[in-house]
Amino acid sequence: MNLIDRMANLDRRWIFLMMGLAVGIPIIVIGITGKTLPEEPTPLAQAAFDVLDDLDPGSRILMAWDFDPASEGELGPMATSFIRQCAQKGHRMYFIALWPVGAQMIRSSTSRVIGGYYPDLVYGKDWVDLGFKAGNEAVIKTIVTDFAQYFPTDARGTSVDAIPMMEGISSLADFDALVNASAGYPGSKEWVLYAATPLKKPLVIGCTGVQAPQMYPYVPNQVQGLLGAIKGAAEYESIVNKWVRSEQLLDALESGGITEPASSELAARFTANPTEASTWTTEAAAAAMSPESKTKLIEIATAPIPGIFLEAQRRMGPQLVAHLLMIGLIIAGNIVFFATRRRGGSQ
Amino acid sequence: MKRIVPLWITAIVGLVLIVSNFLPGTRSWGEEATTWFGIIAAVAFVLGGGSLLKVHLKKISDRNTGWGYSMIVLGTFTATLAVGLFKIGVSPNPGYPDVPWSGDVQGQGTPFWWVYEYVFKPLTATMFAMLAFYIASAAFRAFRAKNFEAMLLLGTAFIILLGRTFAGYFLTSWIPIDGPFSGLRLEELSVYIMQVFNTAGNRAIIIGIALGIAGTSLKILMGLDRSYLGGGD
Repeated sequence: MNLIDRMANLDRRWIFLMMGLAVGIPIIVIGITGKTLPEEPTPLAQAAFDVLDDLDPGSRILMAWDFDPASEGELGPMATSFIRQCAQKGHRMYFIALWPVGAQMIRSSTSRVIGGYYPDLVYGKDWVDLGFKAGNEAVIKTIVTDFAQYFPTDARGTSVDAIPMMEGISSLADFDALVNASAGYPGSKEWVLYAATPLKKPLVIGCTGVQAPQMYPYVPNQVQGLLGAIKGAAEYESIVNKWVRSEQLLDALESGGITEPASSELAARFTANPTEASTWTTEAAAAAMSPESKTKLIEIATAPIPGIFLEAQRRMGPQLVAHLLMIGLIIAGNIVFFATRRRGGSQ
Repeated sequence: MKRIVPLWITAIVGLVLIVSNFLPGTRSWGEEATTWFGIIAAVAFVLGGGSLLKVHLKKISDRNTGWGYSMIVLGTFTATLAVGLFKIGVSPNPGYPDVPWSGDVQGQGTPFWWVYEYVFKPLTATMFAMLAFYIASAAFRAFRAKNFEAMLLLGTAFIILLGRTFAGYFLTSWIPIDGPFSGLRLEELSVYIMQVFNTAGNRAIIIGIALGIAGTSLKILMGLDRSYLGGGD
């Protein structure tokens, strides 16, 4: 039996093993080294970031988490980054879910990001969990005109009248932007058709790879930012990480007495090259800063990014190897196919 | 009667929803109908549970193939339902310590949370993750360049598979990003395919589906299509 025959009769368990290794080995390597692959953000990811960045701090953002644990691998990191950008910017976040387990997704993402990194945000003032509501697109259609009809209380049973940030919210029109993390129906498409388009509200979508091709036709008029699959999540995550670092550096520089425009220019430089911060603090230009401010600046510039904010970029490693394996398998399968066909033709 | 009443309800509600989109004075009628839909959707959860019970109890009673799995379905269904409905193991809300059922059923540490965190979540994630193995097997066995169309599909698949990873950037990063050929970089090419070819095809499909939905909806509203009422008497 030659190689072609062996490959033609290859037990599919070998392919399963290869896929297992293709995903497993990069996970272990990235877990040990902590290194991630560099990301070059596409205009769509940048647009998603810009929609939320262009709004004034304190804007009202409706965050619809329409996914479940099956798609958390793709959408969880997007949800994390959406919350991080809004929290850092100072937006008010209103979480809802049209999927039954979306409620758990809200709890898990808010407890990890807000609970872990923005403990100063006050529940009911800066963010609120309004939970899951049954009814699919009917929920959207109703809250377009009457928000309280579907959401008279939050997920904890507190009346919305007793929640300070719900004051002035009577319909979806009172929000400044909509953010949706979606794994299917009801999800992105319904938010486009029944909310963002009729209300002409900015909409940012994070969706699974399977859904993304169906959402591209709505870009850019009905959907302003689109993150497709883990690649979109990784691009957006890298933008948010750089921006947060830059904001923190800017704060440190300004509190140390460095004013605009020098502070902005320096923040951008240190974000791109963190080691420059320690060199710069020894220069004459940094003489105005106190030793404590300099130490704080160096700490911010060189501090490692918490793992929770690198989840998407870490997952690009297994995705790379798995995709290469897929290409290899397709090529191998075609070699076997043509070789077998030629042999069959000559017989 | 069993068929005429649902036909009339469908026709009236459907027409109200259409009219409310065009006549501002009738908008509140549409909102009312949507509220009814919300109530029915909530009741549908109960019906769904009832239907699940009926199907699996029958399977167990008839000792059909795989009736053991039906036992597992019913066992886990009733256990989860009881844990959630009766708030088993949930401590009262600190604000209302005297009200035994005032606690948060989904709060961390409750049995309902435990079922979600350690049963539902790993199971659904595992099911989805298994797709990777079957796709790999299918890639080896089924993705053949048998004709021109299949070759086009293969070429597109390669561009997207590479363009959505660092490999795309690595392989074509030598093409200047500001130059006239920047569109040939794999990451750019994959975005171009998604935004242009995919959008063109998808828009055509969306328009076709919309026309089909409009036609089917009219047939349902006029009572010409009664398949949604089910068979029998």
